[in-house]
Amino acid sequence: MTATIEDAPTTSVPEIPSFEVTLRVRRYLPESSHGDEAYWEEFTVTAHGTDRVLDALHKIKWEHDGSLTFRRSCAHGVCGSDAVRINGRNRLACKTLLKDVNPDKPILVEPIKGLPVIKDLVVDMEPFFASYREIMPFLVTTGNEPSKERLQSSEQRERFDDTTKCILCAACTSSCPVFWTDGQYFGPAAIVNAHRFIFDSRDEGAEQRLEILNDKEGVWRCRTTFNCSEACPRGIEVTKAIQEVKRAMITRAF
Amino acid sequence: MQTHQYDVVIVGAGGAGMRAALESSGSVRTAVISKLYPTRSHTGAAQGGMCAALANVEEDNWEWHTFDTVKGGDYLVDQDAAEIMAKEAIDAVLDLERMGLPFNRTPEGRIDQRRFGGHTRNHGEAAVRRSCYAADRTGHMILQTLYQQCVKQDVEFFNEFYVLDLLVDHDLSEGHVADGEEVNATGVVAYDLATGEIHVFQAKAIIFATGGAGKIFKTTSNAHTLTGDGMALALRRGFPLEDMEFFQFHPTGLAGLGILLSEAARGEGGILRNGDGERFMERYAPTIKDLAPRDIVARSMANEVREGRGAGPNKDYILLDLTHLEPAHIDAKLPDITEFARTYLGIEPYTEPVPVYPTAHYAMGGIPTNVDAEVLRNNTDVVKGLYAAGEVACVSVHGSNRLGTNSLLDINVFGKRAGRAAAAYARTAQFTDIPDGAADPVVAQLDEMRERPDGERVAEIRTALQETMDRNAQVFRTDESLREAMADIRELQKRYKNVSVQDKGRMFNTDLLEALELGFLLDIAEVVVIGALNRKESRGGHFREDFPERDDTSWMLHTMAYRRPLGTTTVESADGTEGMFSEESTFDNYKVVLGGKSVVQTRYEPMERKY
Repeated sequence: MTATIEDAPTTSVPEIPSFEVTLRVRRYLPESSHGDEAYWEEFTVTAHGTDRVLDALHKIKWEHDGSLTFRRSCAHGVCGSDAVRINGRNRLACKTLLKDVNPDKPILVEPIKGLPVIKDLVVDMEPFFASYREIMPFLVTTGNEPSKERLQSSEQRERFDDTTKCILCAACTSSCPVFWTDGQYFGPAAIVNAHRFIFDSRDEGAEQRLEILNDKEGVWRCRTTFNCSEACPRGIEVTKAIQEVKRAMITRAF
Repeated sequence: MQTHQYDVVIVGAGGAGMRAALESSGSVRTAVISKLYPTRSHTGAAQGGMCAALANVEEDNWEWHTFDTVKGGDYLVDQDAAEIMAKEAIDAVLDLERMGLPFNRTPEGRIDQRRFGGHTRNHGEAAVRRSCYAADRTGHMILQTLYQQCVKQDVEFFNEFYVLDLLVDHDLSEGHVADGEEVNATGVVAYDLATGEIHVFQAKAIIFATGGAGKIFKTTSNAHTLTGDGMALALRRGFPLEDMEFFQFHPTGLAGLGILLSEAARGEGGILRNGDGERFMERYAPTIKDLAPRDIVARSMANEVREGRGAGPNKDYILLDLTHLEPAHIDAKLPDITEFARTYLGIEPYTEPVPVYPTAHYAMGGIPTNVDAEVLRNNTDVVKGLYAAGEVACVSVHGSNRLGTNSLLDINVFGKRAGRAAAAYARTAQFTDIPDGAADPVVAQLDEMRERPDGERVAEIRTALQETMDRNAQVFRTDESLREAMADIRELQKRYKNVSVQDKGRMFNTDLLEALELGFLLDIAEVVVIGALNRKESRGGHFREDFPERDDTSWMLHTMAYRRPLGTTTVESADGTEGMFSEESTFDNYKVVLGGKSVVQTRYEPMERKY
């Protein structure tokens, strides 16, 4: 009954030795003696092989300074809790391996920009979610509900597949220079989620969403800097999605 | 302190909580309290799919699904509940599609379906295509879709609020409330993480949907936040927990990390190989091989490693081989999990097999409920106004081993039932008064924890707990290993009394939160180990090397674990099963008492479980 395959493929997990790594973390502890002054603090911890920035943050919190505050949950890039700025780039701390961000130099970790900082790396996400809620992020249909599923071809589904991947981590929106200077701007994540429905063949709310995004704080504020696409930890082509929404606004074809 | 009044309060905003909210918020005033933003919930990490006998791609029916669920659970499943779940699965999937969930499609444009572990055609003949899916991110799509509908319905959320007590009008923890007496749930006490303020929510009906407790183990697919909060709160308030010894170890966690790689990988044709390259599952489950239920696959993998046939330099893992699949097929059906392998292990699944090992995944047990999600306080009496759904609950549709995809199904079917039942109850019920000072114990607990002078670190105790659970209470268990775990837990419980937090602030004090979560973890681990020590048989996810056979004569019963003060003798056992379970564990000022509850059997006689 055994079925040994002679040329069964093998795997080699490269061994990466443990190493010292220094994190320079932007601290903001309004209840402490520092008051409203944010400041930098350095921590050096020992990291292993495939440790991520989140592991290093945990190590600091668990072994050195329990007051270091950040959000996290799933720890493998699907819940969207731990978007932070690492060496000036927005990334998920749980998806960024230390060895990939040059651990020879101090790694800078800051809160994402453009949202009010509450404590250390924790920002107020409410303005972000408020923009999301405004673009009607739900399927809009009319008429009677079908008794079975609505039909949709694989091609029709593929049309909006990319934007269904969004985990609402805010890495894109908080990397956008327009959002930094204009907090009213809907921001890339809201537009991505509008795209997800505008191009869904089952949806009938595209006209309304396009009207919302035709606002002066809508898609036309986008300056196509591609920061958002680079920041997206899910690999969504955010800028392309925004361009498609802009085009739909003009052609009304979707 | 602030007080609120809602008809229905739902604790937890994952799949079960939000599904319940969609049912109740349309008709009665509903609040959802969640320690995370809803879209952070761990439902979003589920990958492979949600089974329903739609028969879109091949013949199937709900009765086969029921049978598979019962057999998969090694006959400890309550068969009436499994039948309801399999029947209502079909509408549950269609509901989600109508809400906008982007399922993968068949060439005809209908919802596509694929194979999954333990799901078979005609009572075990061959694997059947039953799992409805959206690539390998079905849970993400369910969570997003439910949240979208909650936005549409304007559901009220209290995000980053942490529920720390459940208020009940009788103190069950003393064991003095007679069977049959009416007991009402009256509200919850919550802690606003952002401000540190205490909020008391008075409610006619409360639904617990707080998820699992995977963090009692070191190697787990679970999020950091899955610390058994809801289960532990119920236990502390004197409610029983059912079948806690049954914990599922998912076969394919990324080796050394525990990150989940969906069973869909095997559903799409992936093969498990040992260090010799052998497809070893042919020896353990000749008919459905790699698609055997998770308990069997996980045990087989651990056995291969134990007998020296593991892969890698230390021969300590198994290989998940996808290299014979077309890269385009992998990209279309399994994009996320292959990316996990690349990101976290630097492995390219197109050309290299992926190192995997079982990872703690799912609590089959939980707060006992009936099929309307009403919480039971003994074998028969429901608590008025208290409901539970999802992983925190035990209906029991999963018995001693849950089939893949049945958790996404569970949260949708029983989340909906909980929401409906709670709303219906709240429409006619009155509020029960909450006495002044109801929040005092929580306030005192928080103050004491915050003000405690320098003591032990939370992380040290938590790590020690997780290590002993991995070492002694994982896939293989013995009386000896479990006693070792028990001794360690008791020692850690003592040390926990001296734990201190460094962050003394009010605002966003996650240091304090982790200390509270550790208390819950210790409580849950204790009940898991006591149940495992007591159950002297092997069934589903619970495997005792010293009792390797299933023993239906003595153990065809659910475990009901109660926490009671020393000196009390009551074992709640309204259906006369008293005496079957005798284990008592005595701690400083309480003991854990175990009772038994009959398994509901309808149409399936227990059989030997072969695949």
